[in-house]
Amino acid sequence: MEEVIATQNLTKKYKEVCAVEDLNLRVNSGEIFGFLGPNGAGKTTTIRVLTTLAKPSSGSIRVSGFDVAKEPDKVKKVIGVVQQHLSLDLDLNVRENMELHGMLHHIPSGERKQRIAELLAYVGLTKQSEKMIPELSGGMKKAAMIARALVHKPKVLFLDEPTVGLDVQARRRMWDLIRSLNSNGTTIFLTTHYIEEAEALCQRVGIIHQGHLIALGKPAELRQKVGMVTVEILVDGKFTRYEHFPDREAATQHVQRLPPEVKTIVIRESSLEDVFVELTGKKVGED
Amino acid sequence: MLETLRDIYAVLWVDLRFLSRNWAKTLATTLVAPVLYLLAFGYGLGRGVSIEGYSYLEFVIPGILALTAMTTTFNAAGMKLHVDRMFYRCFDETLMSPVSAFSIIVGKTLIGVVRGLMSSVALLAACLVFSPLPAVDLLFPLTLVATCFVFSFLGVLVALIAKSHQDMSVFMSLVILPMSFLSGTFFSLNQVPQALSIVLSFSPLTHASLCLRASTLGQPFPWLSLLILSGFGAVFFALCFVVLRRANA
Repeated sequence: MEEVIATQNLTKKYKEVCAVEDLNLRVNSGEIFGFLGPNGAGKTTTIRVLTTLAKPSSGSIRVSGFDVAKEPDKVKKVIGVVQQHLSLDLDLNVRENMELHGMLHHIPSGERKQRIAELLAYVGLTKQSEKMIPELSGGMKKAAMIARALVHKPKVLFLDEPTVGLDVQARRRMWDLIRSLNSNGTTIFLTTHYIEEAEALCQRVGIIHQGHLIALGKPAELRQKVGMVTVEILVDGKFTRYEHFPDREAATQHVQRLPPEVKTIVIRESSLEDVFVELTGKKVGED
Repeated sequence: MLETLRDIYAVLWVDLRFLSRNWAKTLATTLVAPVLYLLAFGYGLGRGVSIEGYSYLEFVIPGILALTAMTTTFNAAGMKLHVDRMFYRCFDETLMSPVSAFSIIVGKTLIGVVRGLMSSVALLAACLVFSPLPAVDLLFPLTLVATCFVFSFLGVLVALIAKSHQDMSVFMSLVILPMSFLSGTFFSLNQVPQALSIVLSFSPLTHASLCLRASTLGQPFPWLSLLILSGFGAVFFALCFVVLRRANA
């Protein structure tokens, strides 16, 4: 299978701090790849390096076969990037933001106009095309950013936390949009810290923790490593203990052996979130 | 070559869109200060005073034009880029497009030049109501355009370096503001002690006002000053590249 993104021992240091260390990652053509990690794990740094905004301290990256350090302009033509924060020009309206992107990417005027009209319809912003950015809702702003990133028909789309801050309806619309983009052949590199989002969307995920890639594979494979069934036990009415078992039988046997005073017990299928918590430590965000 | 021009236009286009929506407001706000200077210093304080054989009003108009060209271009080029980088955070989008650093720097500089020329021409029209300029020659538009480029490059440079809004306002208070008053804009450098005059010759605006004054009052043109002014422009332009490359590290 063709690799769209391939990093080799990618390391990024900011002064003495190592934000990403020896990252080896392959993203295949046509997949939705989820890049997960706690806050500050190195997700955004990785995206900045992959998208030419920052230079790696060492190691190499190929995107669609081009070396990011040596041929950044070729890489820029095949990637689309939706940053985590709002990055639209607030002094322009929706269509103008897209126009600008098309001009910067050398899309001829006629083709640009047609493409923008199609994309506005695709993300449901046709009616809002002449609105200034501050007049849009949060979901519409994200949709506008995605539409803009698609103007030059990128092969691979980087989505950094695309649903953060969206309400449930907007988030589901965003998921549908991501799936539909992917089914049209766009490879998607997605970072999120909503693990259920990665589970719902991604064919493969990588988990990064403190700058290191600590897991890589299909969500089901990763669950298998931890255990397919999870038992939640409320201890002393204060905190929940999670235990993982290969199957329901093992879980049930374990529960039967528990002392009778333990009352609140849940047996359920394990999730990618359990894998995540197991691997990244139980006190994510507190260290 | 053609592609570079197209890229420069694309970078400039955004800011032209903004200008076309806000030109009246933009023009009005940039003209307030120079018109006040003209009234307070040219008409109020300077009435009856003559400098180097000219009425004070004649003397001060080129100075006010020079400082207006400087502050307008610096603000126009610098503030918008600063806002793009730090607040709208849309400058990354430009950096992620296949547009060269050269096109980005020139495009971002040109909006300063456009707005600087716009304000200068409007101010010039206002000035002519008060006093005709004795001997405007072709070196006047040349110097004015050069001045706009120099301070527009400076605006882009400072905006690329500044990490916060405070950095911008510190630079404006500590460098731009003193420079606008002291660089031979309101008085002749021949009037001040030699030591101060030497210090002030390190200000690019000093050379801009010398050139603008000579080309409007029919004095011998200070070619050396134009050369020094252009030198400042070249240095600011080159530093923009260095800073942009470093920011992308």
